[in-house]
Amino acid sequence: MDILVFVKRVPDTESKIRVQRETNSVIEEGLNFILSPYDEYALEEALRIRTAKGGKVVAVTVGREESLVILRKCLAMGADEAVLIKDPLPETYDGLRTARVIARFAQARFPEAKLLLFGKQSVGADNSQVPSMVAEFLGIGQANVVVKLDVEGETATALREIEGAQEKVSLALPAVVSAQKGLNEPRYETLKGIMMAKKKAIPVVPLEELGFKPDELTPCVTVIKMDQPPARKAGRVVTGEAPETARQLVEFLHNEAKII
Amino acid sequence: MILTYIETREKRIKKSSLEALSEARRTAEALGTETAAAVLGTGMDGLAAELASCGVARIYLLENPSLDRYSTQDYAAVLAELIKKLGPQAVFFSATAMGKDLAPRLAARLGVGLAADCTQVSVRDGALEFTRPIFAGNALLSFRLTCSPQIVSLRPNVFPFGAAASAGETIREAVEIPAARTRAEVTEVLQEGGEEIDVCEADVIISGGRGMKGPENFALLREISELIPRSAVGASRSAVDSGWIGHQHQVGQTGKTVSPNLYLAFGISGAIQHLAGMSSSKVIVAVNKDPDAPIFKVADFGVVGDLFQVIPPLKEELKKLRG
Repeated sequence: MDILVFVKRVPDTESKIRVQRETNSVIEEGLNFILSPYDEYALEEALRIRTAKGGKVVAVTVGREESLVILRKCLAMGADEAVLIKDPLPETYDGLRTARVIARFAQARFPEAKLLLFGKQSVGADNSQVPSMVAEFLGIGQANVVVKLDVEGETATALREIEGAQEKVSLALPAVVSAQKGLNEPRYETLKGIMMAKKKAIPVVPLEELGFKPDELTPCVTVIKMDQPPARKAGRVVTGEAPETARQLVEFLHNEAKII
Repeated sequence: MILTYIETREKRIKKSSLEALSEARRTAEALGTETAAAVLGTGMDGLAAELASCGVARIYLLENPSLDRYSTQDYAAVLAELIKKLGPQAVFFSATAMGKDLAPRLAARLGVGLAADCTQVSVRDGALEFTRPIFAGNALLSFRLTCSPQIVSLRPNVFPFGAAASAGETIREAVEIPAARTRAEVTEVLQEGGEEIDVCEADVIISGGRGMKGPENFALLREISELIPRSAVGASRSAVDSGWIGHQHQVGQTGKTVSPNLYLAFGISGAIQHLAGMSSSKVIVAVNKDPDAPIFKVADFGVVGDLFQVIPPLKEELKKLRG
């Protein structure tokens, strides 16, 4: 059973994000980039399914050459192959465009793939829209924000998180599944894996090879501005005996903030 | 026209759908157009009156017994048909678990873009402008969509609910469900923890971090939660990664981004990725032993002290207030 895992290079979640207002973009200098954390859960799940059912795992990203690093990480974790779909544009924040590219790629190059796995969102763009859009373009079922996945023959059963509950979703394969934290515990790369990953060739597919019409990939998102959020001001801080600070706290909530 | 999708659970309207509807009405007024609402499933007649009190001009009840259980594909197909017929300028969703699952599928079906999880919608020169947090709130992106209709999802707990009178004409339609290549079906809904509210929907979040010292101490936070209506227990990543509480409680960049009326942080130092997920809360209170903890830089009220000393008298004070 062949599994495609779609991954993205994102700034480390511990990084301080700074914005360049002139270009409406994030200042990349000094940022550490990683494989988006939710994508790690997706890849780990793919590797486990391969171990149980056979087949191969292909890690795919849409981006520029910088993204080769995270594909190497995927190979080091155990992916059989990796592909870079080379997109000349920087971040567009346009999920529809990315989804068109991915759906076309999957159809053209891996029509037999049974599972298309994603992180539930990329940390950064935080759009949570590409997996569902890909599923629609391919006309197949989807389960997002999944914390448990069982594959049996031509079907899969997923548990997906909703507010205060879980939905059990039965999927006919092929299907799209997006991973949530809790799905599994991703493995670390082994030294052997890292060495092997270095030797593997990573094919690069330029967008032009996917046969889009000229206007088809024009982003439908027009950025007006990017900004830092307004900084919060530090408020009052009290110290002293616990009963007195507790009393002051509740007084603040009741009389000043008027919340309780 | 601006159409709002009304999400229901057990035949009750989600609060955040009414928030979306209120914002749709404000936006429609600015555009000089009217509002409509769509409800899917059977036996929803009772909800029409409630929607009319939110100032919605037309309420579409799209009926088919198989819509009584949520299915992304069926819901997207039925909504797409309605949209083709009505030709709205925009379609509003609440960015709930269902909204985040359904809105992008619908957008792709219509071949249009999606403004996801917005915290602001404005009208400038007759066009919609959206603002949404990116990098879990570390930056804000303002943009337009160059397509029609514009599909928009709004972050819950951000837009105020506003009532408005209207006649609210109800239109009932029996709808067909088209076949799909392969399908996904919800077969069961498993309720966790009884009546517990999700952190994304809570008015008040009582959160614990590494300073809670162990899983057993989260009981203290649950006791506080019992004293505050519509509250939920949250947690930092380190508490979740230590296995002290389930990840569905995690607030921050690899957890949930929340904007409650009140965020109470106990023993949370305030790592960047945590602050990102909660700094849009209306009021923040922090209790921490370390006076230099970064959380105090964003807190409206801070208590420097041992949380285990502060919680018992805090509970007593809260009980006094409740009388």
